[in-house]
Amino acid sequence: MTIPSAPLLNLTGIQAGYGEINVLWGVDLTLARGEITALVGSNGAGKSTLMRTLSGLIVPTAGRIDWAGEDLCGQSPAQILARGIAHVPEGRRLFSSMNVEDNLLMGAYARKEPRAAIRRDLDRVYATFPKLHERLGQAAGTLSGGEQQMCAIGRGMMSAPRLLIIDELSLGLSPLLVEQLVEALRSLNREGLSILVVEQDVITALELSTSAFVMDMGRIVQSGRSAELMHDPAIRSAYLGALAA
Amino acid sequence: MKQRVYYGALALLVLLGCLPFLDSSYALRIGTFACMYAIMSVSWTVIGGFTGYPSFATAAFFGLGAYCGGVLINKGWPLFAAAGAAGVVAFAGALALGLVLLRLRGHYFAIASLAVAEVLRELTNTATELTGGGMGLNIPVSVTGSSSVMGEASFFFWAMWALLLLTFIVVRLIQESKLGFGLVCIKQNESAADMIGVNATIYKSLAFAFSGVFVAMAGALYAAWVHYIEPPDVFDVLFAVKPIVMALLGGLGSPAGALLGAFAFLGIEEAVWRNYLQIHSGVLGLLVVVLLLFLPDGMMSISKRLSQLGGRRG
Repeated sequence: MTIPSAPLLNLTGIQAGYGEINVLWGVDLTLARGEITALVGSNGAGKSTLMRTLSGLIVPTAGRIDWAGEDLCGQSPAQILARGIAHVPEGRRLFSSMNVEDNLLMGAYARKEPRAAIRRDLDRVYATFPKLHERLGQAAGTLSGGEQQMCAIGRGMMSAPRLLIIDELSLGLSPLLVEQLVEALRSLNREGLSILVVEQDVITALELSTSAFVMDMGRIVQSGRSAELMHDPAIRSAYLGALAA
Repeated sequence: MKQRVYYGALALLVLLGCLPFLDSSYALRIGTFACMYAIMSVSWTVIGGFTGYPSFATAAFFGLGAYCGGVLINKGWPLFAAAGAAGVVAFAGALALGLVLLRLRGHYFAIASLAVAEVLRELTNTATELTGGGMGLNIPVSVTGSSSVMGEASFFFWAMWALLLLTFIVVRLIQESKLGFGLVCIKQNESAADMIGVNATIYKSLAFAFSGVFVAMAGALYAAWVHYIEPPDVFDVLFAVKPIVMALLGGLGSPAGALLGAFAFLGIEEAVWRNYLQIHSGVLGLLVVVLLLFLPDGMMSISKRLSQLGGRRG
């Protein structure tokens, strides 16, 4: 029997959406400290909306986001980042005409630590993604899809987060590149970083994570240890299709 | 390369500062206008070039500054104190207005910013007791303390030139500051800027305020220089459009480019006006279109293009 880790983040009854349109209908979710957690679901399930709510880009209409005893609801993205939650958004959203190093340094924009600490974290990013060091002077918009994803994750790392949220890790990337990214995330997790990965590719997500939540129609419909969910007949038939057979 | 460009622009400014030694009132008049328009285009660079918000509010800031300065001088304030106060009013007003207007993006923001000058013009027209309304506002001729025409022309040239120097240095410092980097991030991807901790709403409002403060001060100096202002004169839509064309001509996002663009535009305008009196607006428009077609990145890209050309030949 494993001892459950202390919760890092606790969401209760989160409702949010865009103007009059409600997308999330009372989401309850708990993230364990020091784990990789996956949030899976089909297109339109509300995963990205939940992530945008978590990072302060959308203000929830109801519910509580509990982070170290503090409710994050209504806080700005800058405040949430300062609390230690970094968001690598879907589509990477890099500053395309800035070079790789400037993009990475912009990740540390809100930090008030000495330059040496930021330089140390930059070196850590380069150690995790050596490809970025080779491309440090290149405009981010000219990188390949995989390199852009590395740069986006690196930018997230530069804010020295306690929780790194990655929205659509594998979107548009080859299996080889996804494997490299998965290895990098595992290595970051071993160093103590908690990670929440949002994925449509259920196999990748469940293989990478320790625990997982399944989302559908703006609600969490299932949760548990990833290894168990991988063998759950309902999950297999709903998300793995022909592979389940 | 970047540093060389800025030292070059500063050298050009110092050279322009020698204009009064030519002892020509015509040259001084052109020089004062060149400095005034350069203040507008360099200031516009903060909101339009760095932040990527196409502001048409320059005319509003200019008119607001002209009337603030004019009214305060009439109340007995010294010229520079009145100009400073006009800058403070514009900065505070733009900051407050920016918090509301800058929630709009792209064309919506452009149109809303254009409307600011129209609203201020109507308010000025209505506040007859304070501003003189449609009758305009007279400003005392004795603000400079100089009795000669050349003395006064030199005084206003120096004042406008010094303000341009201040504007250029401040805008350059903004560009190199944390604020400047934040603004560039907002221009490239506003939601990503939000995610890395840039408070986009505050930053955009600050950029809007900085795009207005020196323009308002220039407006106050202009009011004292011409001694008489009226709403259609100082809230003229051309004060909103010309700085944008100048910044585009010089190179979008570069204070040095905006400075060069302003001087080049006024030089071309003067030459065209002299040679094609009847059709000067048409010829000027055509020239600007042709220049922008062949130099879409402005004059600042000329050296880059020449080196590329040299590289291809080599």
